[in-house]
Amino acid sequence: MATDLHRPVKTLLETGPADTSPPASHNGADAAVRVEGLTRSFDGRAVIDDLDLSLKAGEFTVLLGRSGCGKSTLLRVLAGLDREISGTVLVPRRRAVAFQAPRLMPWKRVWRNVLLGLPGKPERAVAEQALAEVGLAERAGAWPKTLSGGEAQRASLARALVREPDLLLLDEPFGALDALTRIKAQQLVAELWQRRGCAVLLVTHDVDEALLLADRVLVMRDGRIAYDTSVALDRPREVGSPGFTDLRSRLLTELGVEGAGRATGLGAQSAGHTQARTESTESPDASPARPHPDPHHGDPS
Amino acid sequence: MTVSHAPPSAIPAPLEKHSAPTPTPPELEAVVPASVRRSRLRAAPRWVRRAVGPLLLLVLWQVFSATGVLDPDVLASPGTIARAAADLMADGTLPAAMGVSLQRVVVGLLLGGVIGTSLALVSGLSRLGEDLVDATVQMLRTVPWVGLIPLFIIWLGIGEAPKVALIALGVAFHLYLNVYAGIRGVDAQLIEAGTSLGLGRWGLVRHVVLPGALPGAMTGLRYSLATAWLALVFGESINADAGIGFLMNQAREFFRTDVIVVCLVVYALLGLTADVIVRILERLLLQWRPTFTGQ
Repeated sequence: MATDLHRPVKTLLETGPADTSPPASHNGADAAVRVEGLTRSFDGRAVIDDLDLSLKAGEFTVLLGRSGCGKSTLLRVLAGLDREISGTVLVPRRRAVAFQAPRLMPWKRVWRNVLLGLPGKPERAVAEQALAEVGLAERAGAWPKTLSGGEAQRASLARALVREPDLLLLDEPFGALDALTRIKAQQLVAELWQRRGCAVLLVTHDVDEALLLADRVLVMRDGRIAYDTSVALDRPREVGSPGFTDLRSRLLTELGVEGAGRATGLGAQSAGHTQARTESTESPDASPARPHPDPHHGDPS
Repeated sequence: MTVSHAPPSAIPAPLEKHSAPTPTPPELEAVVPASVRRSRLRAAPRWVRRAVGPLLLLVLWQVFSATGVLDPDVLASPGTIARAAADLMADGTLPAAMGVSLQRVVVGLLLGGVIGTSLALVSGLSRLGEDLVDATVQMLRTVPWVGLIPLFIIWLGIGEAPKVALIALGVAFHLYLNVYAGIRGVDAQLIEAGTSLGLGRWGLVRHVVLPGALPGAMTGLRYSLATAWLALVFGESINADAGIGFLMNQAREFFRTDVIVVCLVVYALLGLTADVIVRILERLLLQWRPTFTGQ
């Protein structure tokens, strides 16, 4: 059962992301998420198997994993969208999700999409402010289907941020974007997180993306957190700095992509590509950029 | 199949840049702008070209009638028909008949629309409703509604009621099927997004499900309008004492093929008007769809 854990926003702001102590040792006091013994089964097969996890308030956590490892299922559980679970899940009441597909209601103009579901009758200015934060103020009155992929994804981000979440859940939000737009979107997310100071959980299979953004990287395997490391690199980060390269090859090994860590840029990129989106539990937000099915599906070597 | 390559002399060119022979430039041909090549008939506006066929048919019809090939008792000439239409308009018969027929369609459409849409909402929005309503409607749908005319006459007499009921029935089925399919066809991902945004059940229905079902509903409206006119023709061909169908039956008694054709044209025009109204509605309600480019 997902239970709401109340946390005032102020506490989140006081807790800086600078703490580099081993993340596994978090006690519950400053947690934005606390999960104990979570199990989620599909037809008797446990996709999440007795998983324990706690996320610190204000921390940027990236959850890495191969296709079908259950990372998206975990995100859906934390979002409260999947409640067929056993175990304890404590999440903040104010949480927001941005999916891989922007999932804007096509029949509502962008600003109405941003305000959708907010309590009371918020003014258009509230939406415009959130849109301005993602650099989309001038498209507030547009129909969603007239937006480009990057614009739609930013609108979706604004829709999540306008809720002032204590926990922001991002389910491969850059997966469907082209390479250039993705870089900009990653920078935007990093900026927004630094400004807002909310806890972020980003699900991805892109190791470089994880190392650019994360305070802490988790690797999920066999329904559990198999590897957990903090990333103590200075921000803003760059792909290819010394510490970066070491961590990347370590993470790729953890993900079962042996040897690819030695290669530079291109190799890491193709390693990301082998993580095709064929999870049965994942929404069919098919990414046109990654159409190849994973040959090692469900076989963590 | 032969594949033409560059001349062999050009192959060593990359090795010795300076001594490379200058390649002979290919022969060029002009790409003639489309406007220059257009013939005179092609230059005519599209609507003029499209009008040629029907006009030709009318002229042929008039010629056959004038030369006596086409007997007036079989089919009146276009001229006679035009005169009959003018007469019927002048003495007020046609406007009155149109009024009566239009009223039948509007009442039947409203009645059937309310019934069909309500049932579709019940079975579309709740699983219990689906189990109760959908099977029943799907079963009744297999009965050809035109075949119900005799029963309607027995139940409802020969006044306005059976005609309106027939129209309502045809409309209700079409609207039910399309609105129901529209509701069930709403993208589950959008529903999930709505849930994650904190929308409750009623909020989801109002902001996600109903707007998402609207394109289906508009398709249903268009089908049901076509059905409504069809039902009107069937309904009015039996025991009508007013309306266009009555006018037609009367004309049949007197072999007035001209009046019959006038009535058919009126039916067609009314149907066309209804279609235009739906198109305008679609343009207003579905302006968020970039695929909609009807002009």
